[in-house]
Amino acid sequence: MKCRVCREPAVIALRRHNANFCSDHFLRYCRQQVDRVIDDYDMFAPGERLLVAVSGGKDSLAVWDILRELGYAADGLYVGLGIDDYSDVSLSFVTDFVSRHGLELTIVDLADSYGFDVPSAAEATGRVPCSACGLSKRHVFDKAAVDGGYDAVVTGHNLDDEAAVLYGNVMRWQVDYLGRQRPLLEARDGFPRKAKPLVRLTERETAAYCVLRGIDYQVEECPMAIGNKHLGFKEALNLLEDRSPGSKAEFYFGYLKRVVDRFTDFEDRGSLGTCPSCGSPTDAETCAFCRLVSRTAGHSQPVAFTTRNEATVRQH
Amino acid sequence: MSDPVKVLLRNPSREIEIPGPMSVTKLLRKLDLNRESVLVIGSGTLIPADSMLADDAEIEIRPVISGG
Ligand code: SF4
Ligand SMILES: [Zn+2]
Ligand SMILES: [Zn+2]
Repeated sequence: MKCRVCREPAVIALRRHNANFCSDHFLRYCRQQVDRVIDDYDMFAPGERLLVAVSGGKDSLAVWDILRELGYAADGLYVGLGIDDYSDVSLSFVTDFVSRHGLELTIVDLADSYGFDVPSAAEATGRVPCSACGLSKRHVFDKAAVDGGYDAVVTGHNLDDEAAVLYGNVMRWQVDYLGRQRPLLEARDGFPRKAKPLVRLTERETAAYCVLRGIDYQVEECPMAIGNKHLGFKEALNLLEDRSPGSKAEFYFGYLKRVVDRFTDFEDRGSLGTCPSCGSPTDAETCAFCRLVSRTAGHSQPVAFTTRNEATVRQH
Repeated sequence: MSDPVKVLLRNPSREIEIPGPMSVTKLLRKLDLNRESVLVIGSGTLIPADSMLADDAEIEIRPVISGG
């Protein structure tokens, strides 16, 4: 197996491109894919300040590393979710990366700042942990970006993530979500600009990128992810990809090219007010995050470990 | 006398030993793993599927799905 570019021995085969690469040329391929997305969608202008949402997983560390390599000024934001050891280990991968490259990192711990963590929020709301978790992360990222004067929030969503979300939204014909599923969302109504520069890379590619760059990341899956619907959609897409390499990319990029604009009208563009409690834009009286904060009050005392486990099991 | 290939599996982490030498493709088939859903890692780099693992090799097989 030889590198497509230099004919030296290859370390990875990308079936969907019918190409093999050596380490150097694979890393170059990854940077080129990100550069192309930034270019295609006019994501960032020179000199802009970016805030990367980092979790300690492969995707967010890969996107931060690639943006740095491409010369962008990018700081990190980590949200402490309080998911037992998983969160502590995840943070250690982030701080290792940060100290190795001398980067700026802000840490917002949900328990310290808002008096709840993801397990206790799941228990208080009776919903899957991912729903309180996603809501909290979005709120903290948006607020930190606006307060910190950043030009955009960057997330590490990869092609597999985006194709799986698209598949899920199509299966349920979530027309309002479909109109918003783009690699770039411009700032509006008090929300910051949001960018997903990794959408041309699969998760196999972002994982390989980290290995070849010597970036250690959280390999274990989040213990709360069980029952996460996206995993099922990913598996289904992987079956199709296996039979016909390139299907995932065709599905997602075909959608962006030929379909997404048709769903723009379904977007709920009702006027937004301001949350009296936190100042965030909201279409309700109090924003969903502040409602979560008040719902979890009382559940916020340290939750015994056994209770957490029971709460997790109930979600299945 | 030949040493076994040491294989670290993840999610959850556990170690197994298999008699070497063996090709990566054969090892993945033996473990019933799809080569598109894992990376085979040794000495900080990726080991391609067409490689032979020496009988004293130490490798990690890492699923590409991870994180939350
Ligand atoms: S899997 Fe769910 S609970 Fe875990 S980090 Fe992701 S969104 Fe949060
Ligand atoms: Zn090469
Ligand atoms: Zn609010």
